[in-house]
Amino acid sequence: MSTVRVLVGTRKGAFILTSDGKRERWDVDGPHFGGWEIYHVKGSPVDPNRLYASQSSGWFGQIIQRSNDGGKTWEQPGTKPGEPTTNPDGTPIGQSNKFVYDTSSGSGKPLTTHQWYDGTQHPWEFKRVWHLEPSLNDPDTVYAGVEDAALFRTTDGGQNWQELSGLRGHGSGAQWAPGAGGMCLHTILLDPSNPERMFIAISAAGAFRTDDGGNTWRPINRGLKSQYIPDSNAEIGFCVHRLAMHRARPNVLFMQLHWNVMRSDNSGDSWHKVSGNLPTDFGFPIDVHAHEPNTVYVVPIKSDSLHYPPDGKLRVYRSRTGGDEWEALTNGLPQRDCYVNVLRDAMAVDTLDSCGIYFGTSGGQVYASADAGDHWAPIVRDLPPVVSVEVQTLP
Amino acid sequence: MIRVVLPFHLRTLARVDGEVELEVNGPVTQRSVLDALEARYPMLCGTIRDHVTQQRRAFVRFFACEEDLSHESPDAPLPEAVASGAEPFLVIGAIAGG
Repeated sequence: MSTVRVLVGTRKGAFILTSDGKRERWDVDGPHFGGWEIYHVKGSPVDPNRLYASQSSGWFGQIIQRSNDGGKTWEQPGTKPGEPTTNPDGTPIGQSNKFVYDTSSGSGKPLTTHQWYDGTQHPWEFKRVWHLEPSLNDPDTVYAGVEDAALFRTTDGGQNWQELSGLRGHGSGAQWAPGAGGMCLHTILLDPSNPERMFIAISAAGAFRTDDGGNTWRPINRGLKSQYIPDSNAEIGFCVHRLAMHRARPNVLFMQLHWNVMRSDNSGDSWHKVSGNLPTDFGFPIDVHAHEPNTVYVVPIKSDSLHYPPDGKLRVYRSRTGGDEWEALTNGLPQRDCYVNVLRDAMAVDTLDSCGIYFGTSGGQVYASADAGDHWAPIVRDLPPVVSVEVQTLP
Repeated sequence: MIRVVLPFHLRTLARVDGEVELEVNGPVTQRSVLDALEARYPMLCGTIRDHVTQQRRAFVRFFACEEDLSHESPDAPLPEAVASGAEPFLVIGAIAGG
């Protein structure tokens, strides 16, 4: 029988939740890296036992951890203790937590400032890795979305990271500004039908696409609306919270914008609103059913001022029509006195025949549904605040 | 031997218990001690000093002999008691965050 492994990042460590395909009984393993903020843990689609974790702290900065055994043991990729840290020519052998922006003239347009809250220009300053996206075909290649917003890539299993500077230097970077959570690159979608194409999203700059493997980028925000941006043709400045796609239909994208749930049928060239009958169209996560490309999930949150569910009721909303028509999924979720939030990277789906949906909350609960959202139950209730949830379906 | 006391989370990263003892060649300064520390425990690179600027991270402090040395020059000699191994060089995570 298949196994499901849920990788949970929290404010105080990582947890690994496992179950058989029935998804009724769960083992909880953790905390790994106790006391550290774990923004994201994700496994390689090629080698599911190869996991990568982003571990960070306001005191000690960024750490990258790697596991080759499904999370039983971890190591910082690179030099072992006591081994030389440099090659004979003096170049570093491996510095897995070294994320340095590329300001060289030879690899694009060096860009050293972006817009700050007061309208002035501010230097780019690395803070942390928000999201790790392993390659679809190589377990040693991983993309990292970081704050301040930029995209990095490793091709040696996390030992060294290089910026794909064409994104930050494509032209609009000087106008990017941080959202309330910082200026983070939080979403990376790899197109399974086209290895040269990927999509990323930045708060608060917007969505971007590359069609040449990350060398050049362009904004894909046409059709997005923000009441704070008077120019209806603005190319950037949007607080995109999350993007989602179905593997079988990568030209169709769904977006949870700050306000509004959006859909694109042309790989992001244009967007239209599909919020429909949602009680509020503010929220963070959005995801797509593993087998039904038109079935989409969101978690409406009352507002950007309140950051909790409407009416104290935790409801996932599901559309089976690719948006516009939404139904509340409540069975097993608290329907009174619930004031948790669900963050942008904290929802995921498994690929079992009966698709499982998972999400984590700021209150430390991780909920699972083994029947596409019809019924829910908590896997755990009392973890630290959940930042991210990923799911692996193992044979 | 130079004795260095690391905070809990850095001991965990370096997989050590208690104090670390380091051989430092030449003048004993913050820089030479931290260079020796990172050479022996490369997983600590970037956690105490910035990778590029080599400046102390904002919430990391250095103490020795009951003195705060955080704002001393990284090339200033450390107290003789540290150089002789009588007293440890302390790396402290600042008490911050509520």
